[in-house]
Amino acid sequence: MALVLTEEQSMLRDSARGLISDTAPVSHLRHLRDSKDPTGFSKELWHSFAEIGFAGLLVPEEFGGSGLGFMEVGVVMEEIGRTLMPSPFLATSVVATSALNRGGNAAQKSEYLPKISNGSLLATLAIDEGTKHRPLQTNLQAVRAGNGFKLSGAKALVVDGHVADLFIVAARTAGSAGERDGLTLFLVNSKAKGVAIERTIMVDAHNAARIELANVEVNADSVLGEVDQAASLLDGVLDIGRGAVAAEMVGLSEEVFNRTVEYLKSRKQFGKLIGEFQALQHRAAELYIDIEITRAATMKALQALDADVTKAASAIAVAKARAGTTATRAVQEGVQMHGGMGMTDQFDIGFFMKRARVCEELFGDANYHTEQLAQARGY
Amino acid sequence: MTDSKTSETETADLEQFRTETRAWLEANCPPEMRKPVTSDADVFWGGRNAKFSSEPQRIWFERMRDKGWTVPDWPEEYGGGGLSAAEHKVLRSEIAKMGARPPLSSFGIWMLGPALLKYGTEAQKQEHLPKIAAGLIRWCQGYSEPNAGSDLASLQTRAESDGDDFVITGQKIWTSYANYADWIFCLVRTDPTAKKHDGISFILFDMTSKGVTTKPILLISGYSPFCETFFDNVRVPKSHVVGQINRGWDVAKYLLQHERAMISGMGERGVGRPLGQIAADSVGTDGQGRLDDCMLRAEIASFDVDEAALAACAERALDLAKAGQAHPAFSSAMKYYGTELNKRRYEILMSAGGVDALEWESERSKQGARPRAWLRTKANSIEGGTSEVMLGIVAKRILDLPGA
Repeated sequence: MALVLTEEQSMLRDSARGLISDTAPVSHLRHLRDSKDPTGFSKELWHSFAEIGFAGLLVPEEFGGSGLGFMEVGVVMEEIGRTLMPSPFLATSVVATSALNRGGNAAQKSEYLPKISNGSLLATLAIDEGTKHRPLQTNLQAVRAGNGFKLSGAKALVVDGHVADLFIVAARTAGSAGERDGLTLFLVNSKAKGVAIERTIMVDAHNAARIELANVEVNADSVLGEVDQAASLLDGVLDIGRGAVAAEMVGLSEEVFNRTVEYLKSRKQFGKLIGEFQALQHRAAELYIDIEITRAATMKALQALDADVTKAASAIAVAKARAGTTATRAVQEGVQMHGGMGMTDQFDIGFFMKRARVCEELFGDANYHTEQLAQARGY
Repeated sequence: MTDSKTSETETADLEQFRTETRAWLEANCPPEMRKPVTSDADVFWGGRNAKFSSEPQRIWFERMRDKGWTVPDWPEEYGGGGLSAAEHKVLRSEIAKMGARPPLSSFGIWMLGPALLKYGTEAQKQEHLPKIAAGLIRWCQGYSEPNAGSDLASLQTRAESDGDDFVITGQKIWTSYANYADWIFCLVRTDPTAKKHDGISFILFDMTSKGVTTKPILLISGYSPFCETFFDNVRVPKSHVVGQINRGWDVAKYLLQHERAMISGMGERGVGRPLGQIAADSVGTDGQGRLDDCMLRAEIASFDVDEAALAACAERALDLAKAGQAHPAFSSAMKYYGTELNKRRYEILMSAGGVDALEWESERSKQGARPRAWLRTKANSIEGGTSEVMLGIVAKRILDLPGA
């Protein structure tokens, strides 16, 4: 398959770009932040997302969705990255939907997927417990009780945690932290007794929460996939999330880069446009090359997901590692080249730096994914 | 391909081509030619004085030549394979999977051929292209001069008009393998009064012409692939000019794009086992099977990420070209990154090799193959335009940053 967008994908990009740049430029995020918006995203905009078919992008047509693939997810995520629009798209429409698509039984799918598709249900994956992304270190306990389980433990960086209706919680039903066996995914109603949610106001003004589960009772129907065998399911779902975040970082990197290049062409110092200085030209050129290479690696990874999620791990590791490194570099150069202006809150550049930092931690940073590649290659 | 064909049948045709290609390569590529290139003797350059270093090398070359696959995407009438872009991609990937060596290495294929296909007259194409495809004539490139390296357009070699001929006088430098080449494609100044880029012509002539002499330049690698080349009143017919007289810069620039694409791909050639495993063999592993030098391991892993990403980008660059969406200056971006990455590879190989990689003259080290290759890579970011020139091209032509 060619590493260029098809005509249909280009049309999807154009409509996503139109909608997002018109309704949610960076000032939209700034307004939500400054007004301490209780929801943290625009419900109105989310309804538009549902109407246009984005909320159910990955939902199969039989459940009312668009039934599209991961390249299409990447197209939308890239546009989200350009304006930093806060949206339930990643947590609900990409990650949670993929978990349900891949692990759900018929009853679970028909209960949740239509609601995701029409925008009436928000869902999210609750996985990380420590300071860094380590899926196998999951320690939240799920103990058998009667016909179901009792869940106890805590999760951090639960994206959209304080607005989600449904949590997909990774828990340990056997074994101990670090082991692949003994992991199970549970569907947990966020209103269930024993669930405590703390919205964490994050550096990038996007939604995330810490949640605590104290003897939360769920029945056997709440298990997503097989008991004790969630590791492979989780690998695939996380890789999908990683591919999506990599695409967001490509969009973010390119936008911050475009703004920086425009600044180099308009800002004068020492009687010259600063873009005439070779030191800055070369740094800008290097960054451009970095972004192009990262874009290709990300498209390659999304295509690999479309071909076979279970065989995409190495391509995903390459993409997420590259995207993290490139986005970090893009925002750092962006702030530096904007000089003092880049340090002001009034200017948008800092928003990109903050979002890049969060995207880097989400689903594993560049170090994590570089290590994954080394392990996969056996050295 | 006709319009009535659906994309499904195109895909099916391509899959059939893949199956047939794989079978043909499997049946025709000698096992000896499926190993990584380790020394200069493994490379066949063709030319009037060409010698094969082994029987399998000869067989592999002749079979590929007969199929037109020394230049798979050139038209059949000029000795090519006539493959479409999609078929060519399939062939390349099948060759790469097999680890097969290029049957013929040639500046004629990489550089002159594409320029002739675009700018040559029909007579020039018929005269030169089939000989390039068949490896009969070995070409060298007369671009750089002692005072015109990266600032190529300031070249001074003069071609003075004398009836139907030009008379050429001057000096070139860094002429790769000029001492082995049969013909040269050369930039000369045909109008010294015109602006820098406007008085240059692109001309072809035989290296055995009266007045041509060459002198090898010894490099830090202990080899001399490069020469100084001198022209003393060399007489060349005007019909040997490619493109218009005084418009040689257009041809030169077009050709440089191909040269850069070729150099950026250097890392792909002669690649054998993954770096991590090469390093593990010499450095050893710890109890968990990890390379027993955590910093080196991290460096290799980071290299692997970048190399895989660059491979994706090279693939995308071809796909963009095919879709008519490629930026003409993008080869400069690839050249920059590819050559810097290749230097990183050899720094890692030297570090992984430790003391063994320091041996310069010994049987065990194949006469210092690794350190010599390491030193050779240092030229990657100089030849064909330095890394700094590439970044300048990207800044000005792609990013449209203002000129100083």
